[in-house]
Amino acid sequence: MVALDFRVRGRFVSSVVGCIVRMVVKLHGAAFAACPRRVAACLYEKNVEFELVNVDLFAGDHKKPEFLQLHPFGLVPVIQDCDLTFFESRAIIRYYAEKYAGQGTDLLGKSLEDRATIEQWLEVEAHYFNEPAFSLAFQVLYAEKLGQEPDLNVIKSSEEKLTKVLDVYEERLSKSKYLGGEFFSLADLSHLPFAHYLINDSGKGYLFHDRKHVSAWWEDISSRPSWKKVLEL
Amino acid sequence: MAIKLHGSWMSTATLRVGATLYEKGLDFELVPPFGQVPAFEDGDLKLFESRAITKYIAYKYKEQGTELVGANFSEMPIIGVWMEVEAHHFAGPSTKLVWELCIKPMIGIPVDETVVEEATGKLNGVLDVYEARLAKNKYLGGDEFSLADLHHLPNIRYILMTPKASLFTSHPHVSRWWSDISSRPAWTKAAALSDAAIPKQA
Repeated sequence: MVALDFRVRGRFVSSVVGCIVRMVVKLHGAAFAACPRRVAACLYEKNVEFELVNVDLFAGDHKKPEFLQLHPFGLVPVIQDCDLTFFESRAIIRYYAEKYAGQGTDLLGKSLEDRATIEQWLEVEAHYFNEPAFSLAFQVLYAEKLGQEPDLNVIKSSEEKLTKVLDVYEERLSKSKYLGGEFFSLADLSHLPFAHYLINDSGKGYLFHDRKHVSAWWEDISSRPSWKKVLEL
Repeated sequence: MAIKLHGSWMSTATLRVGATLYEKGLDFELVPPFGQVPAFEDGDLKLFESRAITKYIAYKYKEQGTELVGANFSEMPIIGVWMEVEAHHFAGPSTKLVWELCIKPMIGIPVDETVVEEATGKLNGVLDVYEARLAKNKYLGGDEFSLADLHHLPNIRYILMTPKASLFTSHPHVSRWWSDISSRPAWTKAAALSDAAIPKQA
């Protein structure tokens, strides 16, 4: 690939030469899986056309040698966009939000200071929210399907951790309409998949609904057309 | 207005931000911590979360010091991938080892061997992936040093002081990479400040 890079008003703009017939972006994953959903929500917000290539996670297709060529840890999602292949959902959403800065919803703000605040809350999602949300949803939704007994201690400790995290969110959202500021951004978007699992599939909606500002925030972000389209995938 | 970094040179998160500031050749003042470290102030902007702070510094001072997020847009997604790998695969088990083998003995809490063994197994699997990556690439993000490498420095530094150092020395390309990235002047400076801050055993 030959990529020409130049800057317009401080942002990088890339024009890709050598990808003559622009392929539709391929998103390897599964429609029900959280991290591919995070990427799909971003692609819908940015009006980027894509094709979901189904990976059978219950059959373990993501751990087979051909898939490990795409992702060395054997996880979904993986993106193939012309001759660029890469993984990690939060790296993918940052890439598309920046690459198509002028297209669809602006998800990174207008200034470096906006972006820094969005990055801060993206890190909070990744390091504080994600782990207990994943553990809780996994125990409630998938442990039995995978032939394991749900671990009640993990359920309890994850719920305690989430309670503390959502108390911090309640405080933040009492002062700011969205986590990253006054506009919807990647910081909010990144929460959609696991919050959806907890609220709609795991009977843990009270963790969100018991907090006034968190509840209003969830109603707002989950009613976006992009997220509705993700759930129809 | 001067940059202020609230933290302690013993903290891995403070080291991560300090090394980034030195790579950029920026002046800053290290001030005592409040709440969770590190917290960062640049003029009116206040931030926490070390990896959000390093990215902000790398973009805000892009034209200054070492380029840390890729000179070309085409490098950005790959650097981004390996920053996420550090955050989601490397940080978990390596932070557990730092806590169990460095911090706990220092403050006199018994080590949990089960946690140590589990974290060692996980980290070894992650380093096998790194070994393959670094066999083909000089750095995690490609041909150039970037934040994807820098973010690893603090945890590796501490683990190398423990019996689990062999996790790194048993992977030749990982070892070669560590020698390279840990000999950078910015890191040498931050690590020396950290050495000075660690209480000496009586």
